Amino acid sequence: MARPRDGREGTTVGLWQDFADKPIKNNTPFVVVLGLCPTLAVSTSVKNGVSMAAAATAVLVCSNVLISLIRRFIPNQIRIACYIVVIAGFVTMVEIVMKALAPDAINRALGIFIPLIVVNCIILGRAEAFASSHGPLSSLLDGLGIGLGYLLSMVLISGIREVVAAGMLWGYRLTPVVVAGRTIVPEYQPIAVLGMAPGAFILLGLLFGLFAWMSDRRREAVRRTGVAAAPQTAKDFPKPAKAAAQGGGAPGAGPAPAAPGA
Amino acid sequence: MEVGYLELAIGSILISNFVLAKFLGLCPFFGVTRRISDSIGMGLAVTFVMTLASAITALVYRHVLLPTTDQHTNLLGLVGLPVPEGGYVLVLKTTSYILVIAGLVQFVEMVLRKNVPALYRAMGIYLPLITTNCAVFGVALLNTEAWRDPSKGLPVHLAAFNGFCGGVGFLLAMLLMSGIRERLAEERVPKALRGLPIAFLSAGLMALAFLGFSKLFGIAV
Repeated sequence: MARPRDGREGTTVGLWQDFADKPIKNNTPFVVVLGLCPTLAVSTSVKNGVSMAAAATAVLVCSNVLISLIRRFIPNQIRIACYIVVIAGFVTMVEIVMKALAPDAINRALGIFIPLIVVNCIILGRAEAFASSHGPLSSLLDGLGIGLGYLLSMVLISGIREVVAAGMLWGYRLTPVVVAGRTIVPEYQPIAVLGMAPGAFILLGLLFGLFAWMSDRRREAVRRTGVAAAPQTAKDFPKPAKAAAQGGGAPGAGPAPAAPGA
Repeated sequence: MEVGYLELAIGSILISNFVLAKFLGLCPFFGVTRRISDSIGMGLAVTFVMTLASAITALVYRHVLLPTTDQHTNLLGLVGLPVPEGGYVLVLKTTSYILVIAGLVQFVEMVLRKNVPALYRAMGIYLPLITTNCAVFGVALLNTEAWRDPSKGLPVHLAAFNGFCGGVGFLLAMLLMSGIRERLAEERVPKALRGLPIAFLSAGLMALAFLGFSKLFGIAV
Protein backbone atom coordinates (compact mmCIF):
# COMPACT_ATOMS: atom_id res chain seq x y z
CA MET A 1 0.00 0.00 0.00
CA ALA A 2 2.90 2.31 0.72
CA ARG A 3 3.32 4.66 -2.17
CA PRO A 4 6.85 5.12 -3.45
CA ARG A 5 8.47 8.17 -1.96
CA ASP A 6 9.26 10.65 -4.65
CA GLY A 7 11.88 12.56 -2.73
CA ARG A 8 9.79 15.63 -2.13
CA GLU A 9 7.85 14.34 0.87
CA GLY A 10 8.52 16.36 3.97
CA THR A 11 10.14 19.26 2.15
CA THR A 12 8.46 22.63 2.16
CA VAL A 13 7.75 22.44 -1.55
CA GLY A 14 6.28 18.98 -1.12
CA LEU A 15 4.05 20.11 1.70
CA TRP A 16 2.80 23.05 -0.30
CA GLN A 17 2.03 20.76 -3.22
CA ASP A 18 0.12 18.44 -0.90
CA PHE A 19 -2.22 21.33 -0.26
CA ALA A 20 -2.19 23.36 -3.44
CA ASP A 21 -3.35 20.87 -6.04
CA LYS A 22 -6.35 19.81 -3.97
CA PRO A 23 -9.00 22.57 -4.03
CA ILE A 24 -9.33 22.84 -7.81
CA LYS A 25 -7.64 19.90 -9.48
CA ASN A 26 -9.02 17.34 -7.04
CA ASN A 27 -12.21 19.23 -6.35
CA THR A 28 -15.04 17.27 -4.83
CA PRO A 29 -17.75 16.96 -6.02
CA PHE A 30 -16.98 18.42 -9.43
CA VAL A 31 -13.80 16.64 -10.50
CA VAL A 32 -13.85 13.50 -8.41
CA VAL A 33 -17.56 12.86 -8.32
CA LEU A 34 -17.86 11.88 -4.66
CA GLY A 35 -19.96 12.99 -1.72
CA LEU A 36 -22.97 13.92 -3.80
CA CYS A 37 -25.70 13.25 -1.26
CA PRO A 38 -24.96 16.08 1.20
CA THR A 39 -23.92 18.37 -1.64
CA LEU A 40 -27.36 18.19 -3.14
CA ALA A 41 -29.35 17.88 0.03
CA VAL A 42 -28.11 20.74 2.19
CA SER A 43 -27.11 23.29 -0.44
CA THR A 44 -30.40 25.14 -0.10
CA SER A 45 -28.74 28.16 1.47
CA VAL A 46 -25.17 29.39 1.79
CA LYS A 47 -25.27 29.15 5.56
CA ASN A 48 -26.26 25.49 5.44
CA GLY A 49 -23.72 24.77 2.74
CA VAL A 50 -20.89 26.41 4.63
CA SER A 51 -21.83 24.65 7.88
CA MET A 52 -21.91 21.31 6.12
CA ALA A 53 -18.55 21.94 4.47
CA ALA A 54 -17.07 23.05 7.80
CA ALA A 55 -18.33 19.94 9.58
CA ALA A 56 -17.07 17.64 6.84
CA THR A 57 -13.71 19.40 6.75
CA ALA A 58 -13.30 19.12 10.52
CA VAL A 59 -13.94 15.38 10.35
CA LEU A 60 -11.72 15.00 7.31
CA VAL A 61 -8.75 16.84 8.82
CA CYS A 62 -8.97 15.05 12.18
CA SER A 63 -9.42 11.59 10.71
CA ASN A 64 -6.67 12.18 8.16
CA VAL A 65 -4.20 13.16 10.89
CA LEU A 66 -5.13 10.33 13.26
CA ILE A 67 -5.12 7.67 10.55
CA SER A 68 -1.79 8.96 9.33
CA LEU A 69 -0.40 8.73 12.88
CA ILE A 70 -1.58 5.16 13.45
CA ARG A 71 -1.12 3.94 9.88
CA ARG A 72 1.78 1.65 10.79
CA PHE A 73 -0.22 -0.15 13.47
CA ILE A 74 -3.32 -0.89 11.39
CA PRO A 75 -3.34 -4.42 9.95
CA ASN A 76 -3.86 -4.23 6.22
CA GLN A 77 -6.81 -6.63 6.04
CA ILE A 78 -9.03 -4.70 8.42
CA ARG A 79 -7.88 -1.21 7.62
CA ILE A 80 -11.21 -0.06 6.13
CA ALA A 81 -13.04 -1.09 9.31
CA CYS A 82 -10.46 0.80 11.39
CA TYR A 83 -10.87 3.91 9.23
CA ILE A 84 -14.64 3.74 9.64
CA VAL A 85 -14.38 3.52 13.42
CA VAL A 86 -11.99 6.48 13.53
CA ILE A 87 -14.24 8.53 11.27
CA ALA A 88 -17.35 7.58 13.25
CA GLY A 89 -15.67 8.77 16.43
CA PHE A 90 -14.85 12.17 14.96
CA VAL A 91 -18.31 12.48 13.43
CA THR A 92 -19.84 11.89 16.85
CA MET A 93 -17.64 14.64 18.28
CA VAL A 94 -18.63 17.07 15.53
CA GLU A 95 -22.28 16.12 16.03
CA ILE A 96 -22.10 16.90 19.75
CA VAL A 97 -20.23 20.17 19.18
CA MET A 98 -22.74 21.26 16.54
CA LYS A 99 -25.68 20.40 18.79
CA ALA A 100 -24.16 22.59 21.47
CA LEU A 101 -22.88 25.53 19.42
CA ALA A 102 -24.66 25.83 16.08
CA PRO A 103 -28.01 27.62 15.84
CA ASP A 104 -31.11 25.46 16.00
CA ALA A 105 -32.12 26.24 12.42
CA ILE A 106 -28.80 24.96 11.07
CA ASN A 107 -29.01 21.77 13.09
CA ARG A 108 -32.50 21.14 11.81
CA ALA A 109 -31.53 21.86 8.21
CA LEU A 110 -28.49 19.59 8.26
CA GLY A 111 -30.39 16.88 10.15
CA ILE A 112 -29.21 13.38 9.39
CA PHE A 113 -26.55 14.62 7.02
CA ILE A 114 -24.16 15.29 9.89
CA PRO A 115 -24.10 11.64 11.05
CA LEU A 116 -24.10 10.67 7.39
CA ILE A 117 -20.60 12.15 7.09
CA VAL A 118 -19.50 8.70 8.29
CA VAL A 119 -20.43 7.17 4.96
CA ASN A 120 -19.27 10.15 2.93
CA CYS A 121 -17.00 8.73 0.25
CA ILE A 122 -14.74 11.79 0.32
CA ILE A 123 -13.47 11.08 3.81
CA LEU A 124 -12.97 7.35 3.44
CA GLY A 125 -11.45 8.01 0.04
CA ARG A 126 -8.83 10.38 1.48
CA ALA A 127 -8.05 7.97 4.31
CA GLU A 128 -7.46 5.17 1.84
CA ALA A 129 -5.75 7.16 -0.89
CA PHE A 130 -3.67 9.63 1.09
CA ALA A 131 -3.53 9.38 4.87
CA SER A 132 -2.69 5.68 4.83
CA SER A 133 0.56 6.40 3.02
CA HIS A 134 1.61 9.91 4.08
CA GLY A 135 2.86 11.65 7.19
CA PRO A 136 0.58 13.53 9.58
CA LEU A 137 1.55 17.01 8.39
CA SER A 138 0.98 16.13 4.75
CA SER A 139 -2.32 14.52 5.66
CA LEU A 140 -3.39 17.60 7.59
CA LEU A 141 -2.69 19.79 4.58
CA ASP A 142 -4.38 17.32 2.27
CA GLY A 143 -7.50 17.42 4.45
CA LEU A 144 -7.47 21.22 4.46
CA GLY A 145 -7.03 21.36 0.70
CA ILE A 146 -9.82 18.93 -0.05
CA GLY A 147 -12.01 20.67 2.53
CA LEU A 148 -11.36 24.04 0.91
CA GLY A 149 -12.33 22.62 -2.46
CA TYR A 150 -15.51 21.21 -0.99
CA LEU A 151 -16.26 24.56 0.65
CA LEU A 152 -15.80 26.39 -2.65
CA SER A 153 -18.17 24.04 -4.48
CA MET A 154 -20.71 24.26 -1.69
CA VAL A 155 -20.60 28.07 -1.76
CA LEU A 156 -21.05 28.05 -5.52
CA ILE A 157 -23.98 25.62 -5.54
CA SER A 158 -25.76 26.92 -2.48
CA GLY A 159 -25.17 30.53 -3.52
CA ILE A 160 -26.89 29.98 -6.84
CA ARG A 161 -29.71 28.06 -5.21
CA GLU A 162 -30.31 30.59 -2.47
CA VAL A 163 -30.28 33.58 -4.80
CA VAL A 164 -32.51 32.04 -7.44
CA ALA A 165 -34.88 30.11 -5.21
CA ALA A 166 -35.35 32.63 -2.42
CA GLY A 167 -33.86 35.90 -3.65
CA MET A 168 -31.61 35.90 -0.60
CA LEU A 169 -27.92 35.50 0.13
CA TRP A 170 -26.59 34.44 3.54
CA GLY A 171 -30.08 35.04 4.87
CA TYR A 172 -30.32 38.64 3.65
CA ARG A 173 -32.99 39.67 1.19
CA LEU A 174 -31.43 41.09 -1.97
CA THR A 175 -34.45 42.80 -3.52
CA PRO A 176 -36.14 45.22 -3.75
CA VAL A 177 -33.32 47.74 -3.80
CA VAL A 178 -34.72 51.06 -2.70
CA VAL A 179 -32.53 54.17 -2.72
CA ALA A 180 -33.98 57.39 -1.32
CA GLY A 181 -37.56 56.24 -1.71
CA ARG A 182 -37.15 55.13 -5.33
CA THR A 183 -37.20 51.47 -6.26
CA ILE A 184 -34.14 50.78 -8.39
CA VAL A 185 -34.50 47.00 -8.57
CA PRO A 186 -38.06 45.70 -8.23
CA GLU A 187 -38.92 42.82 -5.93
CA TYR A 188 -37.58 39.54 -7.26
CA GLN A 189 -40.05 36.77 -7.96
CA PRO A 190 -38.37 33.63 -6.56
CA ILE A 191 -38.12 30.44 -8.63
CA ALA A 192 -38.86 28.07 -5.79
CA VAL A 193 -38.22 24.84 -7.68
CA LEU A 194 -34.46 25.41 -7.54
CA GLY A 195 -34.65 25.14 -3.78
CA MET A 196 -36.39 21.79 -4.02
CA ALA A 197 -35.10 18.38 -5.07
CA PRO A 198 -35.55 18.69 -8.86
CA GLY A 199 -33.77 22.03 -8.94
CA ALA A 200 -30.74 20.58 -7.18
CA PHE A 201 -30.37 17.80 -9.74
CA ILE A 202 -30.88 20.15 -12.68
CA LEU A 203 -28.44 22.77 -11.36
CA LEU A 204 -25.77 20.15 -10.73
CA GLY A 205 -26.35 18.74 -14.21
CA LEU A 206 -25.92 22.16 -15.77
CA LEU A 207 -22.79 22.90 -13.71
CA PHE A 208 -21.25 19.53 -14.62
CA GLY A 209 -22.04 20.28 -18.25
CA LEU A 210 -20.50 23.74 -17.99
CA PHE A 211 -17.29 22.41 -16.47
CA ALA A 212 -17.09 19.64 -19.08
CA TRP A 213 -17.52 22.24 -21.79
CA MET A 214 -14.85 24.46 -20.26
CA SER A 215 -12.33 21.64 -19.95
CA ASP A 216 -13.12 20.59 -23.52
CA ARG A 217 -12.37 24.08 -24.74
CA ARG A 218 -9.15 24.20 -22.75
CA ARG A 219 -8.04 20.88 -24.17
CA GLU A 220 -8.87 22.12 -27.65
CA ALA A 221 -6.82 25.27 -27.08
CA VAL A 222 -3.92 23.23 -25.72
CA ARG A 223 -3.97 20.98 -28.74
CA ARG A 224 -4.01 23.92 -31.12
CA THR A 225 -1.12 25.73 -29.50
CA GLY A 226 0.81 22.53 -28.91
CA VAL A 227 1.47 23.15 -25.22
CA ALA A 228 1.98 20.12 -23.00
CA ALA A 229 -1.09 18.09 -22.12
CA ALA A 230 -3.64 19.51 -19.71
CA PRO A 231 -2.91 18.73 -16.06
CA GLN A 232 -4.08 15.37 -14.95
CA THR A 233 -7.11 15.43 -12.72
CA ALA A 234 -8.27 13.15 -9.96
CA LYS A 235 -4.96 11.37 -9.85
CA ASP A 236 -4.96 10.91 -6.12
CA PHE A 237 -8.22 9.05 -5.87
CA PRO A 238 -8.02 5.32 -6.51
CA LYS A 239 -10.36 3.78 -9.01
CA PRO A 240 -13.32 2.52 -6.95
CA ALA A 241 -13.20 -0.96 -8.45
CA LYS A 242 -9.54 -1.27 -7.59
CA ALA A 243 -10.07 -0.01 -4.06
CA ALA A 244 -12.87 -2.49 -3.50
CA ALA A 245 -10.75 -5.32 -4.82
CA GLN A 246 -7.83 -4.38 -2.62
CA GLY A 247 -10.04 -4.15 0.41
CA GLY A 248 -11.20 -7.73 -0.08
CA GLY A 249 -14.86 -6.82 0.05
CA ALA A 250 -14.14 -3.53 1.70
CA PRO A 251 -16.42 -0.63 0.95
CA GLY A 252 -14.94 1.11 -2.02
CA ALA A 253 -15.50 4.75 -2.47
CA GLY A 254 -18.79 3.94 -4.15
CA PRO A 255 -18.96 3.33 -7.85
CA ALA A 256 -18.13 6.87 -8.73
CA PRO A 257 -18.93 7.69 -12.30
CA ALA A 258 -16.15 8.88 -14.52
CA ALA A 259 -15.07 12.42 -13.90
CA PRO A 260 -16.83 14.83 -16.22
CA GLY A 261 -14.79 15.65 -19.24
CA ALA A 262 -12.42 12.77 -18.58
CA MET B 1 -49.39 8.03 17.17
CA GLU B 2 -49.08 4.66 15.47
CA VAL B 3 -48.30 4.87 11.78
CA GLY B 4 -50.03 2.54 9.35
CA TYR B 5 -48.27 0.21 6.92
CA LEU B 6 -49.90 1.68 3.84
CA GLU B 7 -49.09 5.20 4.93
CA LEU B 8 -45.44 4.27 5.44
CA ALA B 9 -45.27 2.49 2.09
CA ILE B 10 -46.71 5.36 0.07
CA GLY B 11 -44.61 7.83 2.01
CA SER B 12 -41.31 6.03 1.52
CA ILE B 13 -41.74 4.80 -2.05
CA LEU B 14 -43.49 7.69 -3.74
CA ILE B 15 -43.82 10.87 -1.73
CA SER B 16 -40.38 11.14 -0.24
CA ASN B 17 -38.49 8.71 -2.38
CA PHE B 18 -35.08 8.04 -0.88
CA VAL B 19 -33.17 9.00 -3.99
CA LEU B 20 -35.29 11.62 -5.66
CA ALA B 21 -36.59 13.54 -2.67
CA LYS B 22 -34.19 12.78 0.17
CA PHE B 23 -30.93 12.61 -1.82
CA LEU B 24 -29.83 9.36 -0.23
CA GLY B 25 -27.89 6.74 -2.15
CA LEU B 26 -26.84 8.96 -5.02
CA CYS B 27 -23.50 7.23 -5.65
CA PRO B 28 -25.08 3.96 -6.88
CA PHE B 29 -27.90 5.93 -8.46
CA PHE B 30 -25.46 7.56 -10.85
CA GLY B 31 -22.75 4.92 -10.76
CA VAL B 32 -24.55 1.63 -11.35
CA THR B 33 -27.40 2.66 -13.64
CA ARG B 34 -25.77 2.30 -17.02
CA ARG B 35 -27.45 -1.11 -17.54
CA ILE B 36 -30.87 -2.28 -16.36
CA SER B 37 -29.50 -5.62 -15.10
CA ASP B 38 -26.95 -3.83 -12.90
CA SER B 39 -29.55 -1.55 -11.42
CA ILE B 40 -31.85 -4.45 -10.58
CA GLY B 41 -29.05 -6.33 -8.82
CA MET B 42 -27.97 -3.29 -6.86
CA GLY B 43 -31.56 -2.34 -6.03
CA LEU B 44 -32.40 -5.81 -4.73
CA ALA B 45 -29.22 -5.99 -2.67
CA VAL B 46 -29.92 -2.57 -1.14
CA THR B 47 -33.54 -3.47 -0.39
CA PHE B 48 -32.43 -6.65 1.35
CA VAL B 49 -29.78 -4.94 3.45
CA MET B 50 -31.99 -1.93 4.23
CA THR B 51 -34.73 -4.17 5.61
CA LEU B 52 -32.37 -6.11 7.85
CA ALA B 53 -30.37 -3.06 8.88
CA SER B 54 -33.54 -1.16 9.82
CA ALA B 55 -34.74 -3.99 12.03
CA ILE B 56 -31.39 -4.48 13.76
CA THR B 57 -30.66 -0.81 14.30
CA ALA B 58 -34.16 -0.29 15.69
CA LEU B 59 -33.47 -3.11 18.15
CA VAL B 60 -30.09 -1.62 19.04
CA TYR B 61 -31.70 1.76 19.51
CA ARG B 62 -34.36 0.47 21.86
CA HIS B 63 -32.38 -2.02 23.85
CA VAL B 64 -28.86 -0.61 23.93
CA LEU B 65 -28.98 3.12 23.34
CA LEU B 66 -32.17 4.31 25.02
CA PRO B 67 -32.42 4.25 28.81
CA THR B 68 -34.86 1.82 30.37
CA THR B 69 -38.50 2.91 30.33
CA ASP B 70 -41.76 1.09 30.98
CA GLN B 71 -41.86 0.06 27.31
CA HIS B 72 -38.40 -1.38 26.83
CA THR B 73 -35.40 -2.32 28.90
CA ASN B 74 -31.82 -1.39 28.28
CA LEU B 75 -29.87 -4.63 28.03
CA LEU B 76 -26.63 -2.99 29.15
CA GLY B 77 -28.39 -1.89 32.32
CA LEU B 78 -29.75 -5.40 32.73
CA VAL B 79 -26.28 -6.92 32.87
CA GLY B 80 -25.17 -4.33 35.35
CA LEU B 81 -23.36 -1.77 33.21
CA PRO B 82 -23.94 1.87 34.06
CA VAL B 83 -26.42 3.65 31.79
CA PRO B 84 -26.41 7.46 31.87
CA GLU B 85 -29.68 9.30 32.21
CA GLY B 86 -30.13 10.02 28.52
CA GLY B 87 -28.86 6.61 27.50
CA TYR B 88 -26.05 6.27 24.99
CA VAL B 89 -27.98 7.87 22.13
CA LEU B 90 -25.73 10.86 21.64
CA VAL B 91 -22.35 9.20 21.96
CA LEU B 92 -22.83 5.75 20.50
CA LYS B 93 -25.57 6.03 17.90
CA THR B 94 -23.46 6.82 14.83
CA THR B 95 -20.69 4.39 15.69
CA SER B 96 -22.94 1.51 16.67
CA TYR B 97 -25.10 1.88 13.55
CA ILE B 98 -22.19 1.92 11.15
CA LEU B 99 -20.66 -1.11 12.85
CA VAL B 100 -23.99 -2.95 12.73
CA ILE B 101 -24.36 -2.19 9.04
CA ALA B 102 -20.78 -3.11 8.18
CA GLY B 103 -21.06 -6.37 10.11
CA LEU B 104 -24.43 -7.14 8.59
CA VAL B 105 -23.17 -6.64 5.05
CA GLN B 106 -20.21 -8.96 5.69
CA PHE B 107 -22.52 -11.54 7.24
CA VAL B 108 -25.03 -11.42 4.39
CA GLU B 109 -22.20 -11.78 1.92
CA MET B 110 -20.87 -14.86 3.72
CA VAL B 111 -24.27 -16.50 4.06
CA LEU B 112 -25.17 -15.89 0.44
CA ARG B 113 -21.84 -17.18 -0.83
CA LYS B 114 -22.19 -20.38 1.16
CA ASN B 115 -25.89 -21.13 0.87
CA VAL B 116 -27.36 -19.36 -2.15
CA PRO B 117 -24.56 -19.19 -4.73
CA ALA B 118 -26.92 -18.21 -7.55
CA LEU B 119 -28.16 -15.16 -5.67
CA TYR B 120 -24.61 -14.38 -4.61
CA ARG B 121 -23.48 -14.34 -8.21
CA ALA B 122 -26.32 -11.97 -9.07
CA MET B 123 -25.85 -9.44 -6.30
CA GLY B 124 -22.58 -10.36 -4.61
CA ILE B 125 -20.49 -7.75 -6.34
CA TYR B 126 -22.79 -4.99 -5.15
CA LEU B 127 -22.76 -6.00 -1.51
CA PRO B 128 -19.37 -4.53 -0.53
CA LEU B 129 -20.46 -1.16 -1.89
CA ILE B 130 -23.53 -1.09 0.31
CA THR B 131 -21.71 -0.43 3.56
CA THR B 132 -21.03 3.11 2.45
CA ASN B 133 -24.43 3.58 0.85
CA CYS B 134 -26.08 6.55 2.52
CA ALA B 135 -29.54 5.10 1.92
CA VAL B 136 -28.90 2.23 4.34
CA PHE B 137 -27.38 4.38 7.04
CA GLY B 138 -29.92 7.10 6.34
CA VAL B 139 -32.93 4.85 6.83
CA ALA B 140 -31.51 3.61 10.11
CA LEU B 141 -31.15 7.20 11.31
CA LEU B 142 -34.53 8.29 10.03
CA ASN B 143 -36.29 5.32 11.62
CA THR B 144 -34.96 6.19 15.03
CA GLU B 145 -34.64 9.94 14.84
CA ALA B 146 -36.76 12.11 12.65
CA TRP B 147 -40.01 10.26 12.99
CA ARG B 148 -43.00 11.70 14.72
CA ASP B 149 -41.96 10.70 18.17
CA PRO B 150 -38.23 11.30 18.15
CA SER B 151 -37.67 9.94 21.64
CA LYS B 152 -38.87 6.48 20.72
CA GLY B 153 -38.55 6.11 16.98
CA LEU B 154 -40.46 3.57 14.96
CA PRO B 155 -41.19 0.21 16.59
CA VAL B 156 -39.11 -2.63 15.21
CA HIS B 157 -41.67 -4.13 12.82
CA LEU B 158 -42.52 -0.74 11.33
CA ALA B 159 -38.84 0.17 11.09
CA ALA B 160 -38.15 -3.01 9.12
CA PHE B 161 -41.13 -2.30 6.90
CA ASN B 162 -39.98 1.27 6.35
CA GLY B 163 -36.53 -0.03 5.42
CA PHE B 164 -38.10 -2.44 2.94
CA CYS B 165 -40.21 0.34 1.41
CA GLY B 166 -37.24 2.66 1.21
CA GLY B 167 -35.39 -0.10 -0.62
CA VAL B 168 -38.30 -0.58 -3.02
CA GLY B 169 -38.33 3.16 -3.67
CA PHE B 170 -34.59 3.01 -4.34
CA LEU B 171 -35.09 0.05 -6.71
CA LEU B 172 -37.83 1.95 -8.52
CA ALA B 173 -35.66 5.02 -8.98
CA MET B 174 -32.70 2.87 -10.13
CA LEU B 175 -34.89 1.04 -12.66
CA LEU B 176 -36.36 4.23 -14.09
CA MET B 177 -32.94 5.83 -14.28
CA SER B 178 -31.26 2.88 -16.00
CA GLY B 179 -34.12 2.70 -18.49
CA ILE B 180 -33.61 6.35 -19.32
CA ARG B 181 -29.84 6.00 -19.55
CA GLU B 182 -30.00 2.96 -21.84
CA ARG B 183 -32.06 5.05 -24.23
CA LEU B 184 -29.84 8.10 -23.77
CA ALA B 185 -26.77 6.10 -24.76
CA GLU B 186 -28.19 5.83 -28.27
CA GLU B 187 -29.31 9.43 -28.57
CA ARG B 188 -27.27 12.32 -29.86
CA VAL B 189 -26.55 14.32 -26.73
CA PRO B 190 -24.55 17.57 -26.93
CA LYS B 191 -20.91 16.77 -26.27
CA ALA B 192 -20.57 18.70 -23.02
CA LEU B 193 -23.68 17.09 -21.55
CA ARG B 194 -22.75 13.50 -22.38
CA GLY B 195 -22.54 11.07 -19.48
CA LEU B 196 -23.02 12.49 -16.04
CA PRO B 197 -24.56 15.93 -16.79
CA ILE B 198 -27.42 14.53 -18.84
CA ALA B 199 -27.99 11.88 -16.17
CA PHE B 200 -28.36 14.65 -13.58
CA LEU B 201 -30.77 16.55 -15.81
CA SER B 202 -32.84 13.39 -16.31
CA ALA B 203 -32.83 12.80 -12.57
CA GLY B 204 -34.05 16.36 -12.10
CA LEU B 205 -36.98 15.75 -14.42
CA MET B 206 -37.77 12.48 -12.60
CA ALA B 207 -37.66 14.31 -9.28
CA LEU B 208 -40.02 16.90 -10.74
CA ALA B 209 -42.43 14.10 -11.63
CA PHE B 210 -42.13 12.62 -8.15
CA LEU B 211 -42.86 16.05 -6.69
CA GLY B 212 -46.36 15.49 -8.05
CA PHE B 213 -46.86 12.78 -5.43
CA SER B 214 -46.47 15.20 -2.54
CA LYS B 215 -49.47 15.24 -0.23
CA LEU B 216 -50.83 12.17 -2.05
CA PHE B 217 -53.91 10.90 -0.13
CA GLY B 218 -53.21 13.65 2.38
CA ILE B 219 -50.12 11.86 3.71
CA ALA B 220 -47.57 14.32 4.98
CA VAL B 221 -44.03 13.00 5.31
